[in-house]
Amino acid sequence: MLDADFFRRWMTATAASVDREADRLTALDSPIGDADHGSNLRRGFTAVNAALEKEAPETPGAVLVLAGRQLISTVGGASGPLYGTLLRRTGKALGDAAEVDEERLAEALRAGVDAVMQLGGAAPGDKTMIDALVPAVDALPDGFGAARAAAEQGAEATTPLQARKGRASYLGERSIGHQDPGATSAALLIAALADTGADAGGE
Amino acid sequence: MKMLINVPETVVADALHGMAAAHPELTVDVENRVIVRRDAPVAGKVALVSGGGSGHEPLHGGFVGPGMLSAACPGEVFTSPVPDQMVRAAAAVDSGAGVLFIVKNYTGDVLNFDMAAELAEDEGIQIAKVLINDDVAVTDSLYTAGRRGTGATLFVEKIAGAAAEEGQPLERVEALARQVNENSRSFGVALTACTTPAKGSPTFDLPAGELELGVGIHGEPGRERRAMMTSGEIADFAIHAILDDMTPRNPVLLLVNGMGATPLLELYGFNAEVHRLLAQRGVVVARTLVGNYVTSLDMAGASVTLCQVDEELLRLWDAPVKTPGLRWGV
Repeated sequence: MLDADFFRRWMTATAASVDREADRLTALDSPIGDADHGSNLRRGFTAVNAALEKEAPETPGAVLVLAGRQLISTVGGASGPLYGTLLRRTGKALGDAAEVDEERLAEALRAGVDAVMQLGGAAPGDKTMIDALVPAVDALPDGFGAARAAAEQGAEATTPLQARKGRASYLGERSIGHQDPGATSAALLIAALADTGADAGGE
Repeated sequence: MKMLINVPETVVADALHGMAAAHPELTVDVENRVIVRRDAPVAGKVALVSGGGSGHEPLHGGFVGPGMLSAACPGEVFTSPVPDQMVRAAAAVDSGAGVLFIVKNYTGDVLNFDMAAELAEDEGIQIAKVLINDDVAVTDSLYTAGRRGTGATLFVEKIAGAAAEEGQPLERVEALARQVNENSRSFGVALTACTTPAKGSPTFDLPAGELELGVGIHGEPGRERRAMMTSGEIADFAIHAILDDMTPRNPVLLLVNGMGATPLLELYGFNAEVHRLLAQRGVVVARTLVGNYVTSLDMAGASVTLCQVDEELLRLWDAPVKTPGLRWGV
């Protein structure tokens, strides 16, 4: 079973990973976006860490709702509302249970991903974070490791696609050949979940 | 790349401190990133709030003041502001007559302003929204995020701001803002890419002998790339693109806007070409504004915006305005 501490460590691991990979995310965002994805997410997850240290929510749901709210309040751009909605809606779907099992997390994450698709209007194949998140959620019943692999494959598979959402869409065919920065950061979020699960002795 | 900055992380805050020092007639809340005209809320007056990423100065903070915006929310460089800023701005300027959010069509701006509108309405503030999407370089909205908001933003902020200043109700101010947007078309050209402080190198690679046609205001590449052209040829391309999309039956307002790194010497020369071409096509220019108004950091290049106006829109355009970036009649 996964408790609030597990979710807090997932967020901390995501923050560390985003911090490490910020330059790569910004570099990916440079040819097809506006070169700020890494620095924006780093600012957001730094705020998430600070908020979690200050408030220490007691349930898994409350951890994710707080994290999502911090992202909306600090990131800006499209990433703030989209990642904020992902975590908030996943957290809300977890309800106020003190512990949740993997199955429950998988269902909640699907609700979160559905909310993101609704907010941003993106579908799989549009070259967005959805291309990493949907395969990850589909694979989650097979374990965190499977979700991580699916998210990473999903992110890599955005390279040959033509963007249809966000700023990259203005490039038309010239967006082809670049891996999507949003799908890449979404894969980092899922990888951090897998790392946290492995540390907890899961799998 | 050399820049007149301390560190990239404090660029926006440093600029806001400097803006506050230069403009005591504005209230600049650096911590919460909100710029408000000092006499707000003005009793009985509809308030106008706009915002977007920083890096487009004087848009939007430079257009706060009597006759134009009530408040502006600057985000990080090229990143939209967050809903907290917009709600704070709306609360600071609402006199009870309602607030118009002026939103440029970029995914981040749209999502954050949508969230802010919901939150502000929860607090009992009446909100209306207008979406600016004037950029004809984006032709296919089925497979893109839709036309971007660029130069028309200035026309909307000025004309709707004048209507609000006269005490017109929210419904009417919103309708005028929508009319100005629908009557406006823009096209932009980049001679160089721009450099964001966070990245420290040009956002895209544009060789010395080439230019990018149909650029947005974030250093995003444009519709197509060609070998460098003369001012007259560039003007011809831009005017063609705009007039392919609109047939003005009335006089127009013309904005010849610099992207940040093109001097007025070049912009005036470019304006001469634009006027020549418009005259050839029988388009009457009622007013012309030339300068850096909707910029893209240190990008060299220019954009052209036309707005077809009737007598009332022209009267509102001519109405007094007193802001750091636009000032006349006072």
